[in-house]
Amino acid sequence: MTKCTTLVVLSMAGLIAASASAGAQSTTGDQLAGKLVITGASTLAPLIAEIGKRFESLHPTVRIDVQSGGSSRGVADARQGLADIGMVSRAMKEDERDLSAFPVARDGVCPILHQKNPVQALTDEQIVAIYTGKITNWKAVGGNDAPITVANKAEGRSTLEVFLHYFKLKNVDIKAQVVIGDNEQGVKTVAGNRNAIGYVSIGTAEYDATHGVPIKLLPVGGVAASTESVRTGAFPLSRPLHLATRPSPSGLAKAFIDYTQSKAVHDLIREQYFVPLAD
Amino acid sequence: MSRWPTDRLLLWLLRGVAAIAGAIVLLIVTFLVMEALPVLRHVGVARFFTDPSWHPTEGFYNLTPMLWGTLFAMVGSVLIATPLGILSAVFCHYYAPPVIARPYRRLIELLSGIPSVVYGFWGLVVLVPLIGAIHPPGPSLLAGIVILTIMILPTIALMADASLANVPQQYLRGAAALGLPRWATVRGVVFPAAKSGLFTGVILEAGRAIGETMAILMVCGNVVQTPHSLFDPMRTLTANIALEMAYALGDHRAALFVSGLVLMGMIAALVGAADWISRGRIYG
Repeated sequence: MTKCTTLVVLSMAGLIAASASAGAQSTTGDQLAGKLVITGASTLAPLIAEIGKRFESLHPTVRIDVQSGGSSRGVADARQGLADIGMVSRAMKEDERDLSAFPVARDGVCPILHQKNPVQALTDEQIVAIYTGKITNWKAVGGNDAPITVANKAEGRSTLEVFLHYFKLKNVDIKAQVVIGDNEQGVKTVAGNRNAIGYVSIGTAEYDATHGVPIKLLPVGGVAASTESVRTGAFPLSRPLHLATRPSPSGLAKAFIDYTQSKAVHDLIREQYFVPLAD
Repeated sequence: MSRWPTDRLLLWLLRGVAAIAGAIVLLIVTFLVMEALPVLRHVGVARFFTDPSWHPTEGFYNLTPMLWGTLFAMVGSVLIATPLGILSAVFCHYYAPPVIARPYRRLIELLSGIPSVVYGFWGLVVLVPLIGAIHPPGPSLLAGIVILTIMILPTIALMADASLANVPQQYLRGAAALGLPRWATVRGVVFPAAKSGLFTGVILEAGRAIGETMAILMVCGNVVQTPHSLFDPMRTLTANIALEMAYALGDHRAALFVSGLVLMGMIAALVGAADWISRGRIYG
C-alpha cells in the first residue's frame, strides 16, 4: 500500500515536472521553430552545415538549409531576403555596411617545407617566383642545390583561393609538379620530399608539426605562422569568415548566430581546420 | 508448355531482374548526360578537346591530357600485370607443389582484398620518395603504373587461375600420353583451351585500372599535363573528379560530369574493342 502511494506521489511529481518543462520548451519552442536558409561561401558551407546539424539536434523543430554559391551570393541573398543569413569568407567591404556581419572563425594558410630543408624564410617575391616557375632550384634562395618540387592545390579549394588572392597570382600562371587535394595530402607530400614546397591550412600544419611530422611552417611577411597569429589577425595569409544578415538578426537567426559564435562549436571549427576566434 | 504457374512466375522474375541490371547502366548514363548538359550546351563538345588547358574556374576545359594520362597508366599496368598474373597462375597449377600452391593462392586472394587507399598510402610514403630520389619530383606516371600493377595483379591472377582450373582433365592426359613436356603442354594445350577466361581477365583488369581513383590520386601528382616521360606527374580522369568534385560549382561541376562521361565512353570503347577482337575467335 505504502509502495503504491509512493508510486502515485512520484508519478504526480513527474507529471508536474514534465508539464513544467513542456511549458518551458513551448515558450522557447515558439521562438526556435521554423526554417533558416543560409547561403554563400563554399568555404564556410561545410562548417555551417555541421553546426546546423548540431543546432537541429538541440532544437528539433528547427530546420537549417545550407547552400553554397560563393561569398557574393551570400551578400546578395542576405540583401534581397532570399536567405536569412549569408556566408561571406572574407573581410566585409566598405559598401557592405548595410549588412550586420558576425565573425565566426578565421581561415589561415601557410607555406610549408620539409624540416631538413635549410631554408628558414622566403620573401613574398621569392614565393611568387617559385610558384610561377622563375626559380626552380633551392640554391637561388639560399638552400641546397636541388630542384624545387612545387605542390599546388586543386581547383576550387578555398586554400588555393586565399593563396592566389594574397600573392596576386592566377592559377594558370602556376607551374606545379604536384597537385594535391586535401591538407593532409599536402602535408604528406612535403614530409616525404625534402625539396618540396606546399601550402596548407595552418590548423592542419600546426597540428602535424607538433605531432612529429617532419615539416616546418614558414613565416609570411615576417609574421610567424601559428593559429595564434591567425586569431589575432596579424598573419597576412588569412581571412575572417563571416555570417551576415539584413536587418540585424532576431529570433531564430540571432539564436543560431549566437550559437555559431559560442564555445560549444569550437571543436567543429577545428575539425574543418579553421581557427576559432576566442577561447 | 507453361502448365506450371511457377515457371511463368520465374520467367517474369528473371525478366525483371535482368531489366533492373540493364536499367542501372542506362540510368547512370542518363544522369551523367543530364548533369553534363548545361556545360555541353553553352561550351560545346569540341572545347573539351581543344582548349589550351584545364582551368575550369577560369573557363578552360581541356580534358585530353587526362585522357592520355588514364590511357598510359592503364596500358602500362596491364602490360606488366598480365604476364605476371598469368604466369603466377601457371606456376600455381602446373609447377608448384600443393603445399605451396594453396597458401600462395590465399595470399593472392588477400592481395585483392586490400582497400585501394592502403596501396595509395604506401605509394605516397614509400614509393614516391623512392622514385623522387632517382628522378625528382617523385609523384609520376611511373608511380601510378607500379601501384596499378600491384592492384590489378590479383584480378588477372585469380581469373587466370580459375580458367586454368577449367581446362578439361582429358586434354592434360592426352598431352601426357603424347609425351609432351610440361611447358609445351601449357603453351600448346592449356593456353588455347583457357584463352576465353584469360581474355576476360585482361578486360576486367583493364577496367579496374581505368576506374581506380584513390591510389592513383595519391601517387600521380595530379598535374594536368600529357606525360612525356615515365617520371612526369600526370592526372587521370577519375582523380580529376575525386579531387575537384567536393568544391566544384556550376560549370566546373558540370565539366566534372563530362569527365565522367568521357570515362564511361572509354570503358564502352574497351568493351567494344574486346568484343571486336574476340568475335568468333575467343568465345566461339
